[in-house]
Amino acid sequence: MPWFGKRALIAAAVVSALPLLAAAQDTERELERYRQMLTADPWSNPGLLDVDRGAALWKEKRGPKNVSLERCDLGRGPGKVKGAFAVLPRYFRDAKRVMDVETRLVWCMEKLQGFSRAEILKRPYSKANQPGTDLEALATYVAHQSKGFKFQPSLRYRKEKEALAIGEALFFRRQGPMDFSCATCHVEPGKRIRLQELPVLVKPEVARREIGGWPAYRVSQGTVMTMQHRITDCYWQMRLPQIDYGSDATIALTMYLANQAKGGEITAPQIER
Amino acid sequence: MPPRLATILLVVAAGAVAAARADAQPSDLAEQAIKQSWAAASKEWQARLVQDETQKLCSLYRNKPPKQIADAILARERATIRYPADGKLMGDWRRGETLAQSGYGGRFTDYPARAENGGNCYACHQLAPTELSFGTLGPTLLNYGKSRKFAPEEVKTVYERIYNPQALTACANMPRMGTNGFLTIGQIRDLVAYVMSPESPVNTPVAKEQEGKDSK
Repeated sequence: MPWFGKRALIAAAVVSALPLLAAAQDTERELERYRQMLTADPWSNPGLLDVDRGAALWKEKRGPKNVSLERCDLGRGPGKVKGAFAVLPRYFRDAKRVMDVETRLVWCMEKLQGFSRAEILKRPYSKANQPGTDLEALATYVAHQSKGFKFQPSLRYRKEKEALAIGEALFFRRQGPMDFSCATCHVEPGKRIRLQELPVLVKPEVARREIGGWPAYRVSQGTVMTMQHRITDCYWQMRLPQIDYGSDATIALTMYLANQAKGGEITAPQIER
Repeated sequence: MPPRLATILLVVAAGAVAAARADAQPSDLAEQAIKQSWAAASKEWQARLVQDETQKLCSLYRNKPPKQIADAILARERATIRYPADGKLMGDWRRGETLAQSGYGGRFTDYPARAENGGNCYACHQLAPTELSFGTLGPTLLNYGKSRKFAPEEVKTVYERIYNPQALTACANMPRMGTNGFLTIGQIRDLVAYVMSPESPVNTPVAKEQEGKDSK
């Protein structure tokens, strides 16, 4: 075969391989276009449906005690929602532990409304293409009430500093049959799993952009996903057992991420793939 | 020194020691947090959270161990490698390709097992030129065997790297598939063939494959 024939074949092979690559780039481009549309018209973000539902759930008299969550203290005093998410996770004296938004909501649903913990946690996460659970809607509502605020995690209490140190240690802790840590995927810049780009969470400028968007609306799932769910999924992928909802490790990792994102603006619910 | 001053100094020193003890290390606190956070998991599953010596050291040094520690890791990990009884390090590259594509196995939703564990190589490596959905956490392996002239010692190195990459690079990111019991010797052999066999698409440029078909 003449050399130009070979070259033509190489070109043909490259061209035939193009659609897949193009498809991946298209997905990324379309997602970006979608994000821009949402910036132009913020009301078109489907995550806002969960925000609205969360707002209604917050005010509704519910549970065995038939009271609303309007007396729930998210850290800025009973009923104060605005800006509260920007200072979470934080230490709560009544619970004697550091809590993230979801753990605190569960606490309020238990203590104020009289729900049983088992009842609340029967279905903490929605599956793909299901409407968000009550807990997801409430968490999205509370986060959205800090939109425009900047992450200023509290480090006044010893327990808060400890949570940060634990979170950092867990981020770099290798374990399990795959020897993975969070750092395996989230330290080196410009890396992908298959075609999925990975955020470098040890870089404050990346963390600021990424973390403030959670709970996020995931286009591929058609539902909101909380940080508790995100962390649970990462550990699932790392071949570790299912982590307990609202456990110390999940809160410590959230604390580490919130501190990495310190000064970053809260944009939840951000659109994610 | 007057006895009273000595006593005061002693008390102060003892206080400093006590304070240092009370100031628990982050890693100790992290271990406590782990116990608290996977309390609902079964004993068998909880065992996955217990680190071996190598995992502990790589976590402590964030994958950059000092030379002495690195050497100890290399020696310890090398000692875990088991070779096929018949000495054949290459199996079936076609089976290797299936394994390289599959990310199945080991997740808590994968039980009871519906398939064999996969090697999930494409999550992190480029291999055959036709597969464009590849990750970049690891180096590209496109043309790996060919560029090393299919040399037998290179075949052995690939076998060892898949079985236990930390026998060659202390605290490598890649999982120790053989040592951790995630893949069998037979599966590793098939993966070695996928990377090192001259017939494997990993070592066949797309155009050349086309050319071969055309001339037939």
